[in-house]
Amino acid sequence: MSVHEHKKLLEELGVDVERHAKMMEMGYEGYKNQFMSQTNRPKAMEYFDWFMSEVQGQRIAEINELRKNKKPAIGAFCIFVPEEIIVGAGGACFGLCGGSPATIADAETELPRNICPLIKSAYGFKLQKTCAYTQSADFIYGETTCEAKKKTWELLNKHHPVKVMNIPHMKREKDLKMWKEELSEFKEHMEEITKKPLTFEEMKNGVKIVNEKRFALQRLDRLRSMNGSDVIPISAKDALFITQISFLDDPIRFTQKLNDLCDELEQRVKENNSVYKKETPRLMVLGTPFALPNWKLHTAVETSGGAIVNEESCIGHRYYKDNVDIDEIKDEDSLMEKLLQKYSSVDCACFTPNTPRIDKILQMYKDRKLDGVIYYSLSFCHTYNVEAKLVTDALEKEGIPALVIESDYSPEDAGQIKTRVEAFLESINFKKMKKN
Amino acid sequence: MYWGIDIGSTYTKICGIDKNLNIIDKEVIPTIIDQDEIVKKYLSNKEVKMLISTGYGRDMIKDALDFPTISEIKAHSRAAYHFQNSADMVIDLGGQDCKVIKLDSNGGFIDFKMNDKCAAGTGKFLEITANRIGLNYEEFSTIGFKADKELSISSMCAVFAESEVVSLISKKESAANICYAVHDAIASRIASMANKFATTSENIIFTGGGALNPFLIHLVSKKLNKKVTASTQPQISGALGAALIACEID
Repeated sequence: MSVHEHKKLLEELGVDVERHAKMMEMGYEGYKNQFMSQTNRPKAMEYFDWFMSEVQGQRIAEINELRKNKKPAIGAFCIFVPEEIIVGAGGACFGLCGGSPATIADAETELPRNICPLIKSAYGFKLQKTCAYTQSADFIYGETTCEAKKKTWELLNKHHPVKVMNIPHMKREKDLKMWKEELSEFKEHMEEITKKPLTFEEMKNGVKIVNEKRFALQRLDRLRSMNGSDVIPISAKDALFITQISFLDDPIRFTQKLNDLCDELEQRVKENNSVYKKETPRLMVLGTPFALPNWKLHTAVETSGGAIVNEESCIGHRYYKDNVDIDEIKDEDSLMEKLLQKYSSVDCACFTPNTPRIDKILQMYKDRKLDGVIYYSLSFCHTYNVEAKLVTDALEKEGIPALVIESDYSPEDAGQIKTRVEAFLESINFKKMKKN
Repeated sequence: MYWGIDIGSTYTKICGIDKNLNIIDKEVIPTIIDQDEIVKKYLSNKEVKMLISTGYGRDMIKDALDFPTISEIKAHSRAAYHFQNSADMVIDLGGQDCKVIKLDSNGGFIDFKMNDKCAAGTGKFLEITANRIGLNYEEFSTIGFKADKELSISSMCAVFAESEVVSLISKKESAANICYAVHDAIASRIASMANKFATTSENIIFTGGGALNPFLIHLVSKKLNKKVTASTQPQISGALGAALIACEID
């Protein structure tokens, strides 16, 4: 860990350096125990291991180098924040800390107890000043995807500059028109930081860079779940971690490193080199995102003899499934239109109705030759919790085995979750046995 | 001898059977620190042909005695089948968990529901309330039959539910009526889990510590409008199921 080398910068950012160092050490210990101890890991994971060791060191220094050159540094909690525009302006878009139970007690001094752990954790990081990303953000860009978030922005704004993008909850023409205006306003906010107009070419370049990143993530997704054989060349934990840091790393470097990894995974598939035993049940996880370092469910599944081959969540498939089609684009208005098309195809549970999500899940189940799904939802995440009923009804109709788990970041229910996961895998294995 | 060890959050249950599936040995001991060593010592002078562990502490014992583990769900399903092979549903109420398991006709299970992290609707809550009222658990689990008022507790959280109990005490409600309210709340939760299967179950087995509570079984049966039978030796049911599977595997 190199946070000590960056002590001066962290102090300038107002980070509580001592507390931060302790948290980072604990986090890195957890990573070493859970990730670096895995056997038969792809060699190209070395880069991602390195990134973890520098997650709040060198990467923070890079972001602050950009800031020195008047480039935007934008912290976000949602995949609706159009990172293409930030990258186009030469800046950095990053996901803020929000997956740890260690900051929740502090957050509860200002926020109610019964809202989702992601919001509380993120808010606590700001109060504690223990996330160098939060401290580096010119703005935190909030959105209106749920009630708890949109009210939290008003409180958070007292501690850090926050701007809010109004995401509609329906996709009618009038809603999309408003949304497009929000995108234009977003662009203006970037120009306020760079103090110069953002050109069409720059924006297009931003889209290209982020498209490439999504292509690489789609490639990883295919290698994990769609090569049509029993071979799964990378563990679920490693794949989840890569997706988690796709929200933090420099997009060009990340894309290159991920493509290197995918080259190696392709080779592994050819050589029948799987990280799982043959006939390990293949699962997909649906629902709310796993913010770093929430690895609880993945750990439970992997220590119970199951494989997760896809996450249908915002830190997962929902984030990278669509690219922005810019081949024929000649002017800014049509570029904005294409961006809107991409973002409005996100099937977040904040929308009503949200049937494309259900159709997508059923399709993914078939395409990926899965054995079951786990619907994971954070406590008090009302949209995903309520939508669970619609999704599981559709799954039941198709005879797809499903397990619903609601949890938070505390380690207390790890044993209970493991029991449920194990029993779920036992029932899948039993059904498979009967079929054969 | 075939052994099943069920390390629960409160008690560790040990069950040994012979090849004719007769129970030869059983033991219920409080779960404390270094439980794996205690179990190892218990088995040290016994013949162990095969052992399977289950329950919350199943992995802990795996390090001490290298035998397979299974989930409690599987263990309880197998035990229910042994007890009554026509059973098509098991309700298991333990200290920290409540499970409803839909069985298939061969001692396996089709599906299950289990409570999320929460103590309301588990045995722990019954224990806390019994203490509050100053009754021992045995009295508490029968006095509800004498209730003359159908009081209810609305809180979903054990902590708040406990304060509702306190307010009933201060209103000078009788022990029987308070007992009714608490059992009714738990029975409602169990019934709603069971109803999620849109069940056609006719033969429901109640197991775990909850099966030692006749009033609870009475209320669950009333809510489901089905006959609910307490399993024999409900406390060791998980351990027995594990032992039965150990015997099958061998």
